[in-house]
Amino acid sequence: MSAIVVAIVLAVVAVGSVLFHFLSPWWWTPIASNWGFIDHTIIITFWITGVVFVAIVLFMAYCVWKFHHVEGRRAVYEPENKKLEVWLTIATAVGVAGMLAPGLIVWDKFVTVPKEATAFEVVGQQWQWSFRLPGKDGRLGTSDTRNISDDNPLGLNPKDPNGQDDVLIEGEDLHLELNKPVKLLLRSIDVLHDFYVPQFRAKMDLVPGMITYFWFTPTRTGTFQVLCAELCGIGHHAMRGTVVVDKPAEYQAWLQEQETFAQSMAAAALPGKRRIGFAGNKIKPGRRNLIRLSNNSTIPKTN
Amino acid sequence: MVDVVHDAVGVDDVPAAEVEDVELYHAKSWITKYVFSQDAKVIAIQYSVTATSIGLVALVLSWLMRLQLGFPDTFSFITPQDYYQFITMHGMIMVIYLLTALFLGGFGNYLIPLMVGARDMVFPYVNMLSYWIYLLAVLVLVASYFVPGGPTGAGWTLYPPQSILSGTPGREWGIILMLGSLALFIVGFTMGGLNYVVTVLQARTRGMTLMRLPLTVWGIFVATILALLAFPALFVGAIMLLLDRVLGTSFFMPSIVELGEHLKYGGGSPILFQHLFWFFGHPEVYIVALPAFGIVSDLISTHARKNIFGYRMMVWAIVIIGGLSFVVWAHHMYVSGMNPYFGFFFATTTLIIAVPTALKVYNWVLTLWRGDIHLTIPMLFALGFIVTFVNGGITGLFLGNVVVDVPLSDTMFVVAHFHMVMGVAPILVVFGAIYHWYPLMSGRMLNEGLGRFHFWVTFLGAYLIYFPMHYLGFLGVPRRYFELGDADIYSQSAASLNAFISLAAFAVGFAQIVFIFNLIWSLRHGRPAERNPWRANSLEWQTAEMPPGHGNFGKELPVVYRWPYDYSVPGADQDFIPQNQPAGTPGARAAKA
Repeated sequence: MSAIVVAIVLAVVAVGSVLFHFLSPWWWTPIASNWGFIDHTIIITFWITGVVFVAIVLFMAYCVWKFHHVEGRRAVYEPENKKLEVWLTIATAVGVAGMLAPGLIVWDKFVTVPKEATAFEVVGQQWQWSFRLPGKDGRLGTSDTRNISDDNPLGLNPKDPNGQDDVLIEGEDLHLELNKPVKLLLRSIDVLHDFYVPQFRAKMDLVPGMITYFWFTPTRTGTFQVLCAELCGIGHHAMRGTVVVDKPAEYQAWLQEQETFAQSMAAAALPGKRRIGFAGNKIKPGRRNLIRLSNNSTIPKTN
Repeated sequence: MVDVVHDAVGVDDVPAAEVEDVELYHAKSWITKYVFSQDAKVIAIQYSVTATSIGLVALVLSWLMRLQLGFPDTFSFITPQDYYQFITMHGMIMVIYLLTALFLGGFGNYLIPLMVGARDMVFPYVNMLSYWIYLLAVLVLVASYFVPGGPTGAGWTLYPPQSILSGTPGREWGIILMLGSLALFIVGFTMGGLNYVVTVLQARTRGMTLMRLPLTVWGIFVATILALLAFPALFVGAIMLLLDRVLGTSFFMPSIVELGEHLKYGGGSPILFQHLFWFFGHPEVYIVALPAFGIVSDLISTHARKNIFGYRMMVWAIVIIGGLSFVVWAHHMYVSGMNPYFGFFFATTTLIIAVPTALKVYNWVLTLWRGDIHLTIPMLFALGFIVTFVNGGITGLFLGNVVVDVPLSDTMFVVAHFHMVMGVAPILVVFGAIYHWYPLMSGRMLNEGLGRFHFWVTFLGAYLIYFPMHYLGFLGVPRRYFELGDADIYSQSAASLNAFISLAAFAVGFAQIVFIFNLIWSLRHGRPAERNPWRANSLEWQTAEMPPGHGNFGKELPVVYRWPYDYSVPGADQDFIPQNQPAGTPGARAAKA
C-alpha cells in the first residue's frame, strides 16, 4: 500500500473524528441543573485535547508522506534533543494545568453544599428507589438497616420523634421544587447503587453501611428518568425511577398528598391491610421467588 | 544540532564478565523438551498459545454481548443472567488472562533472555512451574462454566456486597472459582515475575548496561516490578472476599437486608474492597501498557531505520509512569462515596501522569520525523497504536478530571475509553510484535496480503467501534446494562448507533479469524525468512540459528558494544549496526558530534 494512501487515511481519521464530533446528533442530554460548570469544563478539555490529537495525527500523516522509504533515503541520526524535550514537557504541563485548574475549581463547588440546600434521603435497594423527605420539622429521623421490617421498609427508628413526620415515597416518583438546591443523602440497604439522572449531571454511589451525598439545584421543570449507575445484580438495568421538577405551587400540592411515617405505621396496625412493594419481595424458604422491578415486571431471583 | 550521546566502544573496552556463563539444564526426553520445558522460549509459546486460546473465548463472549446491545429483544437465548456473566468473564479474561499473560509470560519469556544476551531465565524450574500454575488458573476459571449457577456475573471488578449475594449470577460457585483462579494466577505470576526482574538485573551479558537495553526490555521489566508490588493487593482483597463468601466474615459486608431477609453480616466496608482492588487495578493497566510502550518503540525505530528519539527520556518516562501509577488509583472511585476531598489529590496525580506519557508520544512521532519509514506490517500496526493510544489516553484526561468524571463514570464513555486505550492500542502492538518476531520464532514470514487485510480491518474497524461509543456515554447511556429499553435519553438514532457498533465488531472479529489462520498456515507455508529479515540491531536477531536453539547464542555469549538504536549512523556502510558489533570494525564507525 503506498505511503500516500496511508498518509491520507491518517489525515481522514483525524479530520473525520472532528467532523463526527460537530455533525453527529449524539451529544449530551440538555442539562436540567446548575451543573453547567461541568459541561464547560468538558468543552475546555475537548479544545485542548482535540487540538493535540489532530496535531499529532496530522504530523504523523505528514511524516509518512514526506519520509517514507525511497531508494537512497537515509534517516537522520539524532539520538535526542534536550531543548525540544524540555519545551514539550513545559507545554504539556501547561495544557494539563489548563484542564486541571477549572476542574478542581468546579469540584470544590461540588463538595461544598450550600447552606440553604434542603436535605432529603434517597434509599436504594435491589431494585427500586425510595425517598424520604424531612417533613414539617425539617429534620430526618434516624434510621438503621436493622429496623427494616415488612411494616417499616425504610428502617426508620420508630422511637425518634423527628422521624414521625418524615414523608415516605416508596418506589414512586420523586418531586422536587424548581430552583431550590437540594442535598441528597444516599443510603442503600443492600448493595452498591448509584442515583443518576443524566440531565442533572451530578450523581453519587449509594453504599450500604454509610450515608453518601451530593447536591444540585434543578433549573428547569420536567420529568426525568433515574438510571442506576452502579452494577447491583441482575435487575440493575431495570432499576429505574422518575424525578419530576415542579413549580412551587404544583410541588406543594404533590407534597400534601404524600404519606408520613406515622401514617404508614398507623395503617400497618390496621388488620387486613396488605403492604405491597418491598414486602412483596420477602423470601420464603424453599420457594423460587420472583423479584418485582420498579417498572412492575418480574424477573426470577438467581441463586 | 545533533547531540550524539551514544558512542560505541571498541573490542578492548568492554569489562570482563563478573559471573560465569551458566550451565544450562539440557532436556533429554520429548516431555521435558516440549511439555515440562524449562526453556524460556518454549514456556513463552506455551503462555502465548494458552493466552490466545482463552482470549478467543473472551472474543466470542464480546460478540454475544454486542448481539444483545445492538439488537435487543432479538436474541431470546440471551437472558440478563447470561449477559452479566458474559461481561464479567470477557473483562477478566481479556485484562488478566490474555493481556497480562501475553505481554509478561509470552513476550517477556521469549524476548528478555535473548535481548539481554542470556541463555535463559535465571530460575528456569520456577519459570516452568509458573506456566503450569497459570494454566491451572485458566482451567479453574473455565470450570465456572460447568458448576451450578455458572460463572460469576459480578462485573470484572467483583465489587461486594453484590458479588457474593444472591441477586448476582454465580453466587453459588462461580465467584468462588473466580477468586480461587485469581489467587492461583497471582502465585504463578509472582514466580514468573521474579524471573523477569532478576534476569534483567543479573544476567545481562558483557557490555549490556541498563542504558543499552532495548526499550522492549525496559517496558516489560518495569511492568513486572509493578506486578510484583500490585498483585498482592488483589490477592488479599480476593482472599478476604472469599472468606466473606465462604465463612460469613464481614470484611466488606455491612448490615444488609437482601430481598427481604436480614443477613448475618455487619460492620464491613464495601469501599475497602474498592481501594484494595484499584490499588492493584490501576498499576495493572500499566502492566499492560508499559510492555506495549517498550515494544512499539522498537518496532518504530527498526522499521523507520532511525534511533528512537530521546532514549534516556523514554526510559525515565517508563520508570516515572510506573512509580506514579501507584498513586492514582482512586480516580476509579471518584463517585464511590469515599471522602470527596480525596478527589483533589487523585485528580492532580492522574493528570500529572499525563505528562511523561505525552512525552513518550512526542518521542514516537519524532522518531518518524526525518526517518526512513518502511511501511511494513509491523510499522502499520505501530502507527495504528499511536493514533488509538493518543485517542484513548486523551479521554482518560476527561475521566481523570474528577468533576468531569461525575456524569461520565459508569457510562459507555468509560467503556469506550478503556477499550481504546487498553484493548485496541496494546493489542495493535501485540499484532505488530507478532508480525515482527514471527520470523525469529518460526523461520518463516507471515503472509503479507492477509496481514495487510488484518491491519486495515482491525485498525479502522476498532476505531469505528470505540470512537462513536464515547458519544453514547455523553448521552448518559450507562454501562453494564442488559438493555436500555425505553429511556428518555435514548433515541432511535442512538439505538442505530449501537447496532452499527455491533456490526463493526463482527467485522473486526472476522479479521482476527483471518489472522489466526495466517499464524497457523504460515508455519508450514510461509515464505522462508532470511536471517535478520528486518535488519534489526538487538541481540535476539544476532543468534546463530533462526529460531534460536537451546542456549540461544551457541558456544560464546555475545559481547555488547553499543546501544540498540544505531540505525542510519552517518558514515556507516549499512543503515544498521547490531549491538554486538564493536566500534572500529568496518561499517561501524560511530559519528562524533
